[in-house]
Amino acid sequence: MPADAEPSIPKTAATTSTVDSPAGGPGGPGSRELIRLEQVTKRFGDHTVLDRLDFSVDTGKHVTLIGPSGSGKTTILRLLMTLTKPDEGTITVDGERLFPAPEQQCREVRKKIGMVFQQFNLFPNMTVLRNITEAPVTVLGLSRDEAEDRARELLDLVGLADKCDVRPTQLSGGQQQRVAIARALAMRPQVLLLDEVTSALDPELVAGVLDLLRDIARSTDITMLCVTHEMNFARDISDQVLMFDSGRVIESGPPEKLFGDPDHERTREFLSAVL
Amino acid sequence: MNWDWSTLGDFLPLFGHGVLVTLQALVLGALIAFALGLVWALAQRSPLKVVRWPVTAVTEFVRNTPLLVQLFFIFYVLPEWGLTLSALATGVIGLGLHYSTYTAEVYRAGIDGVPAGQWEAATALSLPRSRTWAAVILPQALRRVTPALGNYVIAMLKDSPMLMTIGVLEMLGQARQFGSRTFQMNEPIVVVGIAFVLIAYPASLLLRALERRLAR
Repeated sequence: MPADAEPSIPKTAATTSTVDSPAGGPGGPGSRELIRLEQVTKRFGDHTVLDRLDFSVDTGKHVTLIGPSGSGKTTILRLLMTLTKPDEGTITVDGERLFPAPEQQCREVRKKIGMVFQQFNLFPNMTVLRNITEAPVTVLGLSRDEAEDRARELLDLVGLADKCDVRPTQLSGGQQQRVAIARALAMRPQVLLLDEVTSALDPELVAGVLDLLRDIARSTDITMLCVTHEMNFARDISDQVLMFDSGRVIESGPPEKLFGDPDHERTREFLSAVL
Repeated sequence: MNWDWSTLGDFLPLFGHGVLVTLQALVLGALIAFALGLVWALAQRSPLKVVRWPVTAVTEFVRNTPLLVQLFFIFYVLPEWGLTLSALATGVIGLGLHYSTYTAEVYRAGIDGVPAGQWEAATALSLPRSRTWAAVILPQALRRVTPALGNYVIAMLKDSPMLMTIGVLEMLGQARQFGSRTFQMNEPIVVVGIAFVLIAYPASLLLRALERRLAR
């Protein structure tokens, strides 16, 4: 709602000077910053996973995080989903503070964000339909009928309209992941976080899920933050690709540039190893 | 061994009463153990130390003292403080309280066994904590622990003769009373022993079937 007040908040000289922050990316006139991490540090014991990280994502953009495992990509998604808390720094979503913030505010801001997990994490004790309607009914206050209509539409979108009354365990991995995507979208989030969503799938099921996500990326204005090892997929859907190494963004840019002619030696090494 | 079928005939009506009392104590005791154990298990996950700490102290204390002592305490000591309970009520509460400290551990394991991803999915959907427990975690945890809870019901059945010591005339209590009146101990004791097998064995078969069903 406070769209007018938005742009004036963070884009001050002080923040733009922060190192080689990828925040500088497209960011042209008319684009509105939706997510901003400033000086975010996350440690697990002695290990620093994220080291004073700065980056921002504009509304409607599709950003892919790539890099070797353990480089902190997934941690960023988990921080945004409030599954873990940073040790230092601030996280802002849609102009509102997500961290540090009082519990109540954190809960409100979190509703703007949805997440799809590597292991699907569907609720095995509920039918497919209940999986999708549970949160819209209890969190958004939709009536059961409204929520079911919405769920059926989404199941249609993900190609599983006939699986309403089935338990998740009776579905293939690819089908489960498509239900999980529908479940996340049912909350109408502004941001969709995708955490290696095809890594746990049998190879022949990967394409279906990626095609679905391509569709969603193309046909909606949802902002996507994606951690993936599927470089072709990253190339197809991304507006911007961030290369991570050891808790820092070492290079960022549009996919043509990053996949075609990367500046950084480490990026080149990584890409030649995975492509 | 002396065996007199007519003695058996004399004992059977009393035995019938005993069976009913045993089953009553078992069912009510189990209900208390199931409910109270869940309360303990949830309280032990409270973020508040003032909740966690006393609950841990109470459950450890109860689990590590004999049921018989607890029964005597409730029956003979509590009246000193103005709380007088009937023998059967004492037995039910004693059994229930004692076994609730075991079911609490069962629930704890069941709750811990729900994958972290379920909590994370609930957070990602912004489900409130209470709803996460009620709709996601507990249904999965309870399913896992049903067989283990059943095993404790069988254990409770086998501990139920302890209620005899505070004067509850359950199966064994009836047998002993009958024996000390008639000096015929053989028949009633054998009948009671068989009765325990006839209740416990089918129950454990039922549990195994349930376990297989739930494992699917």
